[in-house]
Amino acid sequence: MPSTSTFIKRCAMAAIVVASTAFAAGGDASGPAPAFTLTSLAGQPSGLNAYKGQVVMVNFWATWCGPCQQEMPLLDQMYKKYKPAGFTLIGVNVDKEAPAVKQLLERKPVSFPVLLDPANQVSKAYHVDEMPSSVIIDRKGQIRYIHRGYKPGDENDYQDRIRQLIRE
Amino acid sequence: MIAALLLIRSTSADVLPDNRADVFYSKYSGGGMDITGYSATARAKITENFAVEANYFIDKVSGASVDILSQASVMKDERKQKSGTIEYLHDKTTYTASYMSSVERDYISDTASFALSQDMFGDLTTVSLAFANTKNKVGENNGTANDPNVAWLGHSLTRAYSGGVSQIITKNFIAGVNLQVITDAGLLANPYRSIRFLDGSTRGYGLGSQVYPETHTSTAVQVQGKYYLPYRAAVTALYRYYTDTFGVIGNTYEIDYTHPVRNRWIFEGRVRYYKQNSATFYSDLYPFAGSQNFTARDQNLAAQDNTTIGAKVTYAFLPDGWKFFKRGTVTLDASRIRFNYRDFRDIKDFGVPAYSPGAEPLYQFNANIFQAFVSMYF
Amino acid sequence: MLMSGAVLGTLLLSSACSIQPWVKPYERDRLADPIMAWDRDAISSAYLDHVRESREGSRGATGGAGGGCGCN
Repeated sequence: MPSTSTFIKRCAMAAIVVASTAFAAGGDASGPAPAFTLTSLAGQPSGLNAYKGQVVMVNFWATWCGPCQQEMPLLDQMYKKYKPAGFTLIGVNVDKEAPAVKQLLERKPVSFPVLLDPANQVSKAYHVDEMPSSVIIDRKGQIRYIHRGYKPGDENDYQDRIRQLIRE
Repeated sequence: MIAALLLIRSTSADVLPDNRADVFYSKYSGGGMDITGYSATARAKITENFAVEANYFIDKVSGASVDILSQASVMKDERKQKSGTIEYLHDKTTYTASYMSSVERDYISDTASFALSQDMFGDLTTVSLAFANTKNKVGENNGTANDPNVAWLGHSLTRAYSGGVSQIITKNFIAGVNLQVITDAGLLANPYRSIRFLDGSTRGYGLGSQVYPETHTSTAVQVQGKYYLPYRAAVTALYRYYTDTFGVIGNTYEIDYTHPVRNRWIFEGRVRYYKQNSATFYSDLYPFAGSQNFTARDQNLAAQDNTTIGAKVTYAFLPDGWKFFKRGTVTLDASRIRFNYRDFRDIKDFGVPAYSPGAEPLYQFNANIFQAFVSMYF
Repeated sequence: MLMSGAVLGTLLLSSACSIQPWVKPYERDRLADPIMAWDRDAISSAYLDHVRESREGSRGATGGAGGGCGCN
C-alpha cells in the first residue's frame, strides 16, 4: 500500500496526464478496428466489412451536436474528393430515435453512407469519448488515428492523414 | 439607486453559444410604482473561440413607492445601462470579461467583472469562478422630477466573489451549487428612505435619516437540480440560503416546470417562495430619536415573505430558420408576486393620522411583471 | 479563499482519478436539449433577478453553468 503522500502525488500526476491527453484533439491510435454491422436509414444493413481494402473514416455524430453539424458538409466534400482513390466515410449516428436524423438529412443531405447506432454498441466498441469523433482506419483494417471534437480547420488534419494512408 | 451587480448567469465551456439578438420589453407595476424597461442585446462569434456581446437597457420609473408615498413626493426617473462582454474559449476553459455602466440622475454605477469556467472529468463537471468590482456614486435629488437638483452624497464599493460547480449526475439529471460572497463599503443607505421615531408631536412621530454601517458582507449558497422527464419536459428545483452582517437571513425556494411541444412551443411555469427576517438595526418605529447608532426603515431590510407565480410561453415563428437566421422566437413571460411585510407598516396618510403610530396595518401589495421579447438566432 | 477551495475540490475529485465518465458523450442527447439549459434566456432571468434584488434583502448565487452536449 503506497503512503498517502505518494498516492496523492500519483493521482495528481494521473489527473494532469488524463487532463492533457483529453485536451489533445487528435492522437495516433493502434489496434484492429472492431467490426460492426448497422442499418442505414433506408433499412439496409452495412458495416466495415463492405469496405475491406479501402481507407475508412468512421465519423460518430448526432443531430443534437453543434460541431457535428458544422463538419458534415466538409466531410461530404472530402468523401467526394477521395472516393476515387479508395476512401470511404461512414457516418455513424448515435441518436436514440431515427425521425430527427431523417429530417436533418432531408434538409442537409450527404452522399456518404450513414448508419444508425441507437443502442450505442459501436460507440462503446470504439471507446468514443468525445462528440464528434472521427476514427481513421487503414487498408489493413487497423485504427491509425482518432480525432476528437471538431473546430474549423480540423478538416485539413483529416485530409493530411487520409492522403498519407491512401499512399501506403 | 439599485445596486447594479453584473450577473454572469450561465456559461457552457464546451462550445460558445450560438449568435443571437434580442429585443426586450418589460413592465413592472406594484406598490404604486410603474417601471417600463426596454432592452436590446446582441452576441456574435468573431471566430470559433472568441465571442462578443453588447447590451443596452433603459428603465423608466414613474410613481412612488410606499416609503415615498408617506413623504408625498412622486418620483420619475430613468436609468440607462450599457454593458459589453468578451468571451474566449480555449480547450475546455471559457474566459469572460465584462464591463457594465448604469446611470441615473442620482446614482452612477460601474462594474468590471471576470469569470472563468472549466469543463473537466469527461465534461461531466464544470467549475466556475468569478469576480466583480463595482463602484457606485450615490446622490439625492432635492428638487422635483421635472426640475431636479442633485446633491452627490458619497461613494460605495462592492466586490463579489463567486464559485460554482455543476455536475452531470445521470443522462437525465444535472445538479449544481453556487457560492457568492459580496462585500460593500461606503455609503450604503438609500437617501430617500427615512426612519421614524415617536416624538409626541400631533402626528405622533418624527422623521430622520437612515444610518447604515459602513461595511456589509453577505454570503449566499444556492443548490439546484434539473431533471429530464421521460416524455420530454424538464423540472428544476432550487434552494438558496442567504446571510449577512446586517443580520438578514433569507431563504428562497423555487420550482420550475418546462414543457416543449414539438419544435415550436415551450411552456414554462414557476413558483417561488421567499422569506427573510429583518436586519438587526431595522425598525418600523423607533421609541425616540437617537435610540440606536444604526437605523433603517428600508423595505428591503424588513421582515417579509413573498410568493411568486409565473408563466412563460415561447413560440418559434421561424423554427427552421430563414435565410441566414437559424431560428426566430417570441416569448411572453408574466409573473405575479404577493409581498407580505411582518414589521413594515403602511403609512399612507401623511399629516392627519388615521392610526396611532405603530398601529397602522402591515404593508402588503401585489406586483405584476410582464416581459415580451423577440429572439433571433443566426 | 475561494481559489484554495476550488483547488482543494479539484484535488479531491482527482483522488478518484481512475473513474471514467459514467455518462458517455453519445448519451448526452437529453442534456443537450435546450429545455435542459439552466438559463435559456439570460436577459429575462437577469431582469427578474434585478427586480427581486431591489425588493429583497438577499442577493447573489443565482445562475448556473455546465451541462449541454459536451461537444469538443
